[in-house]
Amino acid sequence: MNRLSRALVVAAALAVATMLVTPLWTVHLGAPQYPEGLGMTIHINTVRGASEFDLMKINQLNHYIGMKVISPDAIPELKVMPWIVAALAVAGLAVAAMGRRRWLMVWLGAFALFGAVGIADFWRWEYDYGHDLDFENAIIKVPGMTYQPPLIGTKQLLNFTATSWPSTGAIAAGLAILLGAAALVVSAPRAPRRRTKTLGVEHMTAAGTDAHRTVGA
Amino acid sequence: MSSRLSRTSVVAGVAFAAAASLIYACASQRPATSDLVSTDVASKVYVAPGSYDEFYAFLSGGFSGQLAVYGLPSGRLLKVIPVFSQNPENGYGYNEETKDMLKTTFGNVPWDDTHHPELSQTNGVPDGRWIFINGNNTPRVARVDLTSFETSEILQIPNAAGGHASPFSTPDTKYIVSATRFSVPVPNTDVAIDSYKQNFKGTLSFITADQPGKMDIAFQILMPGYNYDLGHAGKGPSEGWFFFTSYNSEQANTKLEENASKNDKDYIAAVNYRRAEACVAEGKAKTQPASYQHNFINESSGTTTSELKTSVRMLDPKACDGLVYYLPTPKSPHGVDIDPSGQYIVAGGKLASVIPVHSFAKFEKAIADKAFETTIDGIPVIKYDASLAGEVQKPGLGPLHTEFDGKGYAYTSMFISSEVVKWKLGTWEVVDRIPTYYSIGHLMIPGGDSKQPWGKYLVAMNKITKDRYLPTGPEMAQSAQLFDISGDKMKLLLDFPTIGEPHYAQALPASLIKDKSVKFRKLAENTHTWVTKAESEGSIVRKGKRVDVKMLAIRSHFAPDNLEGAQVGDTVYFHVTNVEQDWDILHGFAVLGANTSELILAPGETRTLKWTPTAPGVYPFYCTDFCSALHQEMQGYIRVSPSGSNVPLVANISKRSQAQLSAAAAEKAKTHEEHEKTEKARDRK
Repeated sequence: MNRLSRALVVAAALAVATMLVTPLWTVHLGAPQYPEGLGMTIHINTVRGASEFDLMKINQLNHYIGMKVISPDAIPELKVMPWIVAALAVAGLAVAAMGRRRWLMVWLGAFALFGAVGIADFWRWEYDYGHDLDFENAIIKVPGMTYQPPLIGTKQLLNFTATSWPSTGAIAAGLAILLGAAALVVSAPRAPRRRTKTLGVEHMTAAGTDAHRTVGA
Repeated sequence: MSSRLSRTSVVAGVAFAAAASLIYACASQRPATSDLVSTDVASKVYVAPGSYDEFYAFLSGGFSGQLAVYGLPSGRLLKVIPVFSQNPENGYGYNEETKDMLKTTFGNVPWDDTHHPELSQTNGVPDGRWIFINGNNTPRVARVDLTSFETSEILQIPNAAGGHASPFSTPDTKYIVSATRFSVPVPNTDVAIDSYKQNFKGTLSFITADQPGKMDIAFQILMPGYNYDLGHAGKGPSEGWFFFTSYNSEQANTKLEENASKNDKDYIAAVNYRRAEACVAEGKAKTQPASYQHNFINESSGTTTSELKTSVRMLDPKACDGLVYYLPTPKSPHGVDIDPSGQYIVAGGKLASVIPVHSFAKFEKAIADKAFETTIDGIPVIKYDASLAGEVQKPGLGPLHTEFDGKGYAYTSMFISSEVVKWKLGTWEVVDRIPTYYSIGHLMIPGGDSKQPWGKYLVAMNKITKDRYLPTGPEMAQSAQLFDISGDKMKLLLDFPTIGEPHYAQALPASLIKDKSVKFRKLAENTHTWVTKAESEGSIVRKGKRVDVKMLAIRSHFAPDNLEGAQVGDTVYFHVTNVEQDWDILHGFAVLGANTSELILAPGETRTLKWTPTAPGVYPFYCTDFCSALHQEMQGYIRVSPSGSNVPLVANISKRSQAQLSAAAAEKAKTHEEHEKTEKARDRK
């Protein structure tokens, strides 16, 4: 791996590390009675109200529809995830130090897998909270109505408009993938002949020279 | 048949003509206000739905004893703040937490007459920390906190009757004042009323006001037995002085209407309060016994602390020279108002044909030159011409109060000629006048008595309403009127009705306070003895004949909501805590047959309702403030058994409290387990 690709991997690892300190996802809830809105932010290790008492208010409202209490303590993943992310960040730095492209591929694959699983898990929790309702004690029962908030985008849940968007942490994770992928591209060995044929001589020469120069360096 | 028909038509025709002439007469009698209202006024007072007013205005509630908050320019009523009167609407003065706010040395005084709101100031400009207001009947002053819009402190004034010249503030709110409308024997004793001249005295009280919860009387000044009417502090060059009007220098004790209107001039008392401080420091004040109550709210528990004070420092002008001077002023002066520069002292001589204006610089020179006409009880009387800056000639009839726009103009209310007169400071010429409907008392410009008026609007507070609104029987709402004073000519914009009878008012830009408004109180910081922070903490306990119920309110239930074991002869205290931590989610609490008001519970707040059941039975209680979709389900029952019954005390356990209790138990077990683990580990070592 050349210097540029190592730098890109370091940047990717730092981007991963920012997931530890920034919110990953936001869910905003607006209703006629809540012109100021309510919100939740999902962090790598916890779920918080957008402002001090928002989570309390959301849980208070959710009791009407029989939703379980949203409590970070009830979500075991939140205890494990920070360690995985920290490990991935450290591993990223190690890959940059070792400079082995193969390890970069493994790291990138692992991180992408982690991201995919993470999003799927988030969706699963949303599904769980939205569907696993205490129908026996729910005060408001609307036949066929479930309350799963959207993963991305906007959805009407009774009087509330729920809007979910990735936040800084998730954007940083996406950036980490892009940076890792860029590092892979930059550190790619000389372009195979097959490509040169399709791309033309001029390009081949340029690419070849470039690759040669960087490898030499 | 035909003759009857024609007779009917004749009668009808006459009736019509009479009605028409009546209508015509009415139309011609009514002042053509439409001519006085310019065409674009609607847009000037229209505040679109959801938009905010530019100013908060605080109008005294007069004989309602309260303080009303309006938005300007819309004239919309935003809130009535209970101050000196019990307010069943939210339980102020009724519930156990606030009832002692109305405690005095005369016991609980559940009503008063509020006259003059006064905003706290920094450097002579309203700062929006607090607003003070006086109780006129049983002299008291109150502090209203402008983060909560709630009364937070009340101080009774001893040696006083009729706390009218109150609670005007010094430019730094170090002091607010209270002077006596009625002179009385000091200390009050049983004497013949016609011994007035020998025995009756006035007092001027200076009250420290810049520390919430610590209002106290710094000193009182013993004055000749006149009626002290209004006051204002000096500012700029005159800072350090306080000016009070007085009338009844005749010292009449009966038929004041005539007997107190004989002298051509009465007095403005100019008090050098820095000199007073020096005299107090030199020990020239006499500490004398006095009995007065001081009540204030403890912010974290929401309960009242009430303390009896037992002495006061009294200063006699005879023992402290240079403390007070009298400025002769025509005639029975009412208002005394200091212009924004602090140079001019304007008096509203209510029976005078001119508006006299004293110059502070000339007043100081007169003192230096000893230009005195006489001395009354150790108080030098300055020669009228020595301090006079000028007189506004032919201003109208019955000048009462003056406010300033900060652009060199003064506006004086004219009670008898029912108008506002605008005149120029320095030249004393009248430049504009506009009628009011009817008989204006006070007027108010936002910041108009301060160093920095926001001279855009003027509010007239009228004493007579008559035909201004749809009739509502013999008692009509009082009328306030809003004028645009941004141009050369005053323009009438709006009439709006008010509560009680507003006397004075204050206003300031909304931006100075609106963002500091408390949305709810933090439950975690609630230190009330009987707070219930979680459903698992709800309970009913007995101590002799006293039964205490700890209960919380949350959408949409009370917990506990079924109570048994109370008996006839018990006094039951419902301590209800609203555990919501959300803006404008209030709950109420009322129980059948209570001899007191309901409770209104702001989020995070605990309030207590005292209930004495008189007959066995089951009594419902319910939420009175529509809180949620299931508000109508927010109710419960208390069972009352005959005295001596063996029905046990029971407060039912809710589902949530069960969950809370089991979670607490699990937590306890966990910590116990961990504790054992560490013990074992230590043993292993």
